[in-house]
Amino acid sequence: MAKAVLYDATKCIGCRACQVACKQWNELPAEVTTNQGTYENPPKMSAYTFTKIHFTELEHDGKFQWVFAKLQCMHCEHPACATACIVGALVKTADGPVIYDDRKCIGCRYCMVACPFGVPNFEWDKPIPWIRKCTFCADRQGGGLKPACVTTCPTGALEFGDREELIAEGRRRIAATPDKYVDHIYGEKEVGGTSWMYLSPVPFEKLGFPTLRSEPVTINTERAMGAVPPVLLGVAAAMSGFYWLFKRREKISQAEAGDEEKQGEKVK
Amino acid sequence: MIQRTRSLPLGTSILSGLVILGLVPIVLRYLNGLGATTNLSDGRAWGFWISFDLYCGVALAAGGFTLAGAVYIFNLRKYHAVVRPAVLTAFLGYTLVVLALLVDLGQPWYIWHAMIYWNVHSPLFEVAICVMTYTAVLALEFSPAVFERFNWRVPLRIIRAIQIPLVITGVVLSTLHQSSLGSMLLLMPDTLHALWYSPILPILFLTSAVAVGPAMVIFESTLSNRAFGHKLDLDVLSGLARAIPYILGLYLLLKLVDLMVAGELGLLFSGYPHNLLWWAEITVGVVLPIVLFSLASVRQSRRQLFWCSVLVVIGLVLNRFNASMLALDMRPGFTYFPHWMELAISVGLVADALLVVVLAYRFLPMAYHEEVAAETG
Ligand code: SF4
Ligand code: SF4
Repeated sequence: MAKAVLYDATKCIGCRACQVACKQWNELPAEVTTNQGTYENPPKMSAYTFTKIHFTELEHDGKFQWVFAKLQCMHCEHPACATACIVGALVKTADGPVIYDDRKCIGCRYCMVACPFGVPNFEWDKPIPWIRKCTFCADRQGGGLKPACVTTCPTGALEFGDREELIAEGRRRIAATPDKYVDHIYGEKEVGGTSWMYLSPVPFEKLGFPTLRSEPVTINTERAMGAVPPVLLGVAAAMSGFYWLFKRREKISQAEAGDEEKQGEKVK
Repeated sequence: MIQRTRSLPLGTSILSGLVILGLVPIVLRYLNGLGATTNLSDGRAWGFWISFDLYCGVALAAGGFTLAGAVYIFNLRKYHAVVRPAVLTAFLGYTLVVLALLVDLGQPWYIWHAMIYWNVHSPLFEVAICVMTYTAVLALEFSPAVFERFNWRVPLRIIRAIQIPLVITGVVLSTLHQSSLGSMLLLMPDTLHALWYSPILPILFLTSAVAVGPAMVIFESTLSNRAFGHKLDLDVLSGLARAIPYILGLYLLLKLVDLMVAGELGLLFSGYPHNLLWWAEITVGVVLPIVLFSLASVRQSRRQLFWCSVLVVIGLVLNRFNASMLALDMRPGFTYFPHWMELAISVGLVADALLVVVLAYRFLPMAYHEEVAAETG
């Protein structure tokens, strides 16, 4: 069964312990940032920050408040990055994580452009750069551990488990306290489903989540790539046909034009 | 035999200067990485190099396969004289693409991974394989010029024997990767603006490349006529021009029907500011050339033919820049304007290619390579 995480924004207190745990487990350096007038820091994910808590300030329930959202790779069911990758360095595993093989990557950055969530990041500052992104702690999962962020979360805002069960759990929570949540599990359907899913008290657009259709973003590409073999054969056949046709026409007209030309004898 | 004009050495030295100017940032890029030499970022991971060198470069090199196909497959003998220059520029265009990729890739020393780790679902993989193979095909298609120059009979005979299969391979490979450059954008339905995103992007990219092929040939041969002196028959140029309105007409029709089917025609008037980009590209590169190339008076004048072909080229460049950069959303909170080093590297590479063209015209039999040489030899 594929593993997944359900993030419940109503339980998150914005302590960012997950951010720290992620940096520790992945041995990522701290980044120098400037004060942006918010507690949200660093301002963006990068090759050195795989996850961060996004702070949204809004008025909800008649009072001014923060709503948090943990951002990281969504580990899509039909990942655009994996379809994009020229060498297959990014792969969706049966267990859930979308993993990256730096021994294959050539640094073309198509994955970065293709990802609908803007996740894979690049080591711009290095002469020998790699793509970096959340791994869903595939290494820890392989050893039977939960992802570092989930283990560290003090409030249970991150729940790790089988995807189907977590969707059922999300539904249960929404049904039990319908005024606490919007009736939407983000990631259940988006781009064909993701391994990371979200519950929120406010509509997801307000948190800056992209509004995405439920069909995988890879669908048109798959169709186009499926047409490649027939197009290859079709064009080759058509071109050979045309060549034969025009050659033959030329020979016929040459034969008609004059008898001196002996090439005409083959035709007819 | 070869006219030496004063402008040539001057042009050559300017080109050499540009090449050297482009080399410095290339060295810096390898020493310090992409962050130090470009304005690329996590939000805009593909920039000027991909839009200009890859997207425009490949499309503008379409003259090679369209002309080779027209002459050797459709037996349009009239255009024989322009095939060789077209194939040379196509070959240089593709070499340029590969060189630019060696600068753009994060790990250029692993570019050969594309040959051993296959991801057949990736349109970029298809582009890579086709570009690689097609560059080799173009080199072979052009090689007779070199063999003739040095009078190497045996290789010449071999190439002539496989010429038709070579041309057919070239057409097949071009069809595949010209369209796959469009397929690459199919993965971005949410970030590419609806005026450009379409499930038929691969077909649109192929059609516009086929249309720009003859326009590029008119453009290049006019320039090389001026620089090197051999004059092409006006009949050849106007014949090429006559084909363009049909292909562009088909292209325009496809674009409009596609927008209509998607129910997005309204965006042409409401989708500000992107709709302006669309109108610019379509007016300059499609509508105007369709009208102008249809006028007999335009087709009788070398000057007007040249400028109309420039319109088609500009329209195509606009289209590729729109689809791969200007209408493709960045991640929120990022901005991008190419760094001067990005521009300098691209300019340097183009200058490289032009230098080779100059050398080829000087030392190789470019314009007159009639079968006679082979058949009697
Ligand atoms: S969120 Fe982006 S990087 Fe993560 S799996 Fe999906 S497409 Fe790939
Ligand atoms: S940058 Fe690396 S991982 Fe990303 S698509 Fe290119 S080769 Fe694949």
